[in-house]
Amino acid sequence: MDFLRPATWEEALAAKAEHPTAVPIAGGTDVMVEINFDHRRPDVLLDLNRVVDLYEWEVGEETVRLGAAVPYTRVIEALGRELPGLALAARTVGSPQIRNRGSVGGNLGAASPAGDSHPPLLAAGAEVEAVSVRGTRLIPVEEFYTGVKRNALAPDELIRAVHIAKADGPQQFSKVGTRNAMVIAVCAFGLALHPATRTVRTGIGSAAPTPVRAGTAEEFLTAALEEEGLWDSGRTVPPSVARQFADLVAACASPIDDVRGSAAYRRHALRVMARRTLGWTWDEYLGNERSARCA
Amino acid sequence: MGVTRTPTPTTQGSETTGGIGESTLRPDGVLKTTGEFAYASDLWHEDMLWGHTLRSPHAHAEIVSLDVSRALAQPGVYAVLTYDDLPTDVRHYGLEIQDTPVLAHGRVRHHGEPVALVAADHPETARRAAAKIRVEYRQLPVVVDEATATAPDAPLIHEGRTDHHSGHVPHPNVVHRQPIVRGDADAAARRADVIVTGDYEVGMQDQAFLGPESGLAVPAEDGGVDLYIATQWLHADLRQIAPVLGLPEEKVRMTLSGVGGAFGGREDLSMQIHACLLALRTGKPVKMVYNRFESFFGHVHRHPATLHYEHGATRDGKITHMRCRIVLDGGAYASSSPAVVGNASSLSAGPYVIDDVDIEALALYTNNPPCGAMRGFGAVQACFAYEAQMDKLAAALGMDPVEFRRLNAMSQGAVMPTGQVVDSPAPVAELLRRVKAMPMPPEREWESAGGGVDVRALPGGLSNTTHGEGVVRGVGYAVGIKNVGFSEGFDDYSTARVRLEVIAGEPVATVHTAMAEVGQGGVTVHAQIARTELGVTQVTIDPADTRVGSAGSTSASRQTYVTGGAVRHTCQAVRERVLELGRAKLGTHHPAWATAELLLESGKVVTDDGEVLAGLAEVLGDEAIDIEREWRHRPTEPFDLRTGQGRGHVQYSFAAHRAVVDVDTELGLVKVVELACAQDVGKALNPLSVVGQIQGGTTQGLGLAVMEEILVSDRATVRNPSFTDYLIPTILDTPPIPVDVLELADDHAPYGLRGVGEAPTLSSTPAVVAAIRAATGLALRRVPVRPENLTGT
Amino acid sequence: MRVTFTVNGRRQEADDVWEGESLLYVLRERMGLPGSKNACEQGECGSCTVRLDGVPVCACLVAAGQVQDREVVTVEGLADFAKERDTGAAGPGTDPGAAQRWQPRPAGPATELSPVQQAFVDAGAVQCGFCTPGLLVAADELLERNAQPTDADIREALSGNLCRCTGYEKILDAVRLAAARTGTEA
Repeated sequence: MDFLRPATWEEALAAKAEHPTAVPIAGGTDVMVEINFDHRRPDVLLDLNRVVDLYEWEVGEETVRLGAAVPYTRVIEALGRELPGLALAARTVGSPQIRNRGSVGGNLGAASPAGDSHPPLLAAGAEVEAVSVRGTRLIPVEEFYTGVKRNALAPDELIRAVHIAKADGPQQFSKVGTRNAMVIAVCAFGLALHPATRTVRTGIGSAAPTPVRAGTAEEFLTAALEEEGLWDSGRTVPPSVARQFADLVAACASPIDDVRGSAAYRRHALRVMARRTLGWTWDEYLGNERSARCA
Repeated sequence: MGVTRTPTPTTQGSETTGGIGESTLRPDGVLKTTGEFAYASDLWHEDMLWGHTLRSPHAHAEIVSLDVSRALAQPGVYAVLTYDDLPTDVRHYGLEIQDTPVLAHGRVRHHGEPVALVAADHPETARRAAAKIRVEYRQLPVVVDEATATAPDAPLIHEGRTDHHSGHVPHPNVVHRQPIVRGDADAAARRADVIVTGDYEVGMQDQAFLGPESGLAVPAEDGGVDLYIATQWLHADLRQIAPVLGLPEEKVRMTLSGVGGAFGGREDLSMQIHACLLALRTGKPVKMVYNRFESFFGHVHRHPATLHYEHGATRDGKITHMRCRIVLDGGAYASSSPAVVGNASSLSAGPYVIDDVDIEALALYTNNPPCGAMRGFGAVQACFAYEAQMDKLAAALGMDPVEFRRLNAMSQGAVMPTGQVVDSPAPVAELLRRVKAMPMPPEREWESAGGGVDVRALPGGLSNTTHGEGVVRGVGYAVGIKNVGFSEGFDDYSTARVRLEVIAGEPVATVHTAMAEVGQGGVTVHAQIARTELGVTQVTIDPADTRVGSAGSTSASRQTYVTGGAVRHTCQAVRERVLELGRAKLGTHHPAWATAELLLESGKVVTDDGEVLAGLAEVLGDEAIDIEREWRHRPTEPFDLRTGQGRGHVQYSFAAHRAVVDVDTELGLVKVVELACAQDVGKALNPLSVVGQIQGGTTQGLGLAVMEEILVSDRATVRNPSFTDYLIPTILDTPPIPVDVLELADDHAPYGLRGVGEAPTLSSTPAVVAAIRAATGLALRRVPVRPENLTGT
Repeated sequence: MRVTFTVNGRRQEADDVWEGESLLYVLRERMGLPGSKNACEQGECGSCTVRLDGVPVCACLVAAGQVQDREVVTVEGLADFAKERDTGAAGPGTDPGAAQRWQPRPAGPATELSPVQQAFVDAGAVQCGFCTPGLLVAADELLERNAQPTDADIREALSGNLCRCTGYEKILDAVRLAAARTGTEA
């Protein structure tokens, strides 16, 4: 095994071009588990800890360009206003120690359907900045996940950053696990209201081979909110609409039975989370929020 | 350079002085906070090799061929061992039945069974070499439950059994069966106004101690081996290790290294023999450390159980009778299954007066992971079922569940189903009264003053699943009974060596036992006993090793009772010797030497009136008193194999819990809000440690109630051998645990004490589940309760 | 490969490090600092928690090569670290040779503990002690950030550290005690 320690982003790209099988490692919270348990023996480890660019973020007009290795802890502390959904999700990642090391870039690189940052990225709208010595491309996050633990990166590409749309309305994230902390998602759900475009977007985690948006549910709710004039009326979402939205979210999932939960439970839980997060975001939109305290 | 990080004596001197009954601090506490306390996995030796175990990927398979040549050829590899390399004809071991092969021979019987060993100069070298061992398996049909185990054409897990249970079991795949019949259950059932039945299941729990199995074996010049190891019982290990190595026991010198928790999971051998074999073969020190994945295969688990119960009661709330059948899955090897059967059957009626019972408990051999000792064994499974039955009975009678229990609670003088009379306090009704009387926790704690929601106080916690929606509170109660000490006629003794001498003008007591300190605080108590009995301040605790006689196992809540009893007994012998010396040296100086009751206090010999006769330094001079003694509790007897009658247990212990839970009834997520406990401990030798034991045991019961289970596939392979998928409670899952300690002395026990460790693990689980039932109205016949069970998915 | 970094205030060097080794392995097996514990090696227990450039992390998930030229504080250095924080005086650090030859010594009044270490001993928060080093590093960092944490704060901060013995009650007591004592001194 080789261990490469590029000092700059350019060096990292060159190394990845030279060693396409190199496994990038930043927080190590996925890669090291696989090495410790002998599940993976990469030829080359490409350490990104010294590439400072990856630990920075820029808040732009429309988006936040979040460096691939910015730890979740920083997202929680610094980006709760711009990326509320992601910050909520970040707070549920692993443990404080894991949140100090793990990053959205790592979640994307691993592309586990259970990754906690996927639902809020899908719901907010995001693009992955994939870079190689050949150039840069922006991949819409929906297109980034290509299969269980597979993503759209070419062998010579590294994730430089994620461009995430700044919240233009309330966002929520909810995750079911069988423990009250330090738990991998049985399933998860992210919801973002986009009052600017009068749309809603969603993200489902751990209930399909890849993270997915609940497209039909989004279309239904977007249409229903419009038809009922709810964006302007200040009224609550009718229970029948919430119920149908929840049913559609559940229908968009294709979960399996595994050690963490049954497929039937996952669908059921998505339904409940969809209804609840819709209630919380809409309450917040109406200005009578009773939102969770971020201590 | 020799072994570093071997245990050394710890001395408590002037800063900690308390005797029994005081919350003195742990002698090893400081070292454990500085990181210097040496656990078995911390051992290090220059030139040491790393041992690695190749394990079976299948639960039941024939080993068609085994080729280690490629592994042996790898640079850095010093030895590769298989069954054929074992040095003697003794190639099996086991706690009660010697049915476990040191390495698989022709066949593997469970997932993860050790097949081959590698020693290499780096753990990665050993892993790579192990991966090069070619094993060809032919899979065999698996036996996974009672139906498959006792089917007419069932494959026999162990053919040609000759063990002492083989003659009386109904099928060779039954390890042991114990019926208990007392009174006439049929006749009593006819008097019942209500009869309730229930079928219950308990999943396979893991001890999940944090310090993985590890040890260091160092070959010695005399052809023997020194083994530094984390275990629960050095001498039982020794008895199993030495014959396999072909060495006399005195050439296998064992020293207890720091133990990172045990909870029953270190009663059986793990890597002890393996490390010794590799060390003797290579002539080099060999360290073995399991990782968490391997640890799930490296020790036995709590027996999963299916339990069928029938209870009857009269309209006025008196239980008429109980019938039950308890089937425990022992997995591929016996481990302590026979004792688990004994406990499950004899304690199956719970702490209640039931004159007419018909009980059967048995343990199976299957291809599931081997099961054996875990905190509260046998009693935990039964308690979950009989306490569910108590709630059902109370509901059927329209009675308050606590009042119903109190009405039927046993007390001193009660007769167990085994016919044994409970001859020490059994304050069951009082414990229930106390736990019910504790103040209730506040409701809706998640609501903060500002109108926000603190998700940390809600079901789902940080995962942000509810802001109060669907949350319903429930309260549940349970009480349990556990035996203390080894039962059924076992010669359960302990040995202590105590030395008293004057060092630098001050009397110092040194206590040497082979007791495995696994975290329970036995070493704290030994120092307290020595201070109380010998009137000294400074006490040195020598490391536990096999240079002193057996202390028995750190299990069955027995160590404070039995090894504590041995330390006390030996201290008393030392005291007699001091007084003899005093009389000989100074007897003519004061008549009280001959006439008064003499005590040792504050470093002096005093009369019972408090008059000082001499200082210990004066009496001892240069002489050191050094005495080793064995001590036994009252004998027990085996249960009759047909009727189950017999004085099988030494002592009983009791705890009661009240659980308060908030359940998100829509998502099926549970937040345990509070878990109050009342327990009778006879005498709290160290109140701080007693409360710590109760809170820890309670939390393990909580884990079994709502999250902990080893999942096994239909091919009997383990599906979740990791801390990612085998979940134990975090600090956010564990509620405040207020504890009410009752001290009603057992006159038969040293200082009146009662074993503490296990009882709180019993009633915690059914109390939590009762509370969830109260919140949801669901029957919930299985633990752990999963979200699927609460949501009908 | 060779890895050089600062541990508990001293520059340390390890040679022949396999590239797949974790910081935890290097600390425990190459630097004579086994205080950080190897309970799960997958970031699910917190027993190996150390400070990496001041940040609490699981040492089992940091590749050894990643700590090149960085600063690590382990439980062995916690007392010095806390003292330095409180007084500004640098501690002596741990000598690698001495660490390798280390043998336990009888604990006595001479052993200097940080406030959180002392509180764990006094409150009965230590049973088997295997989780203790990680909890101490995490709790010390919590109190550095938040001198008067609420119970909920303590629970959240320590939710990455599993304990199997205590039921956490005495651990909460210990952190409350350390906070109270520090608050009184301040």
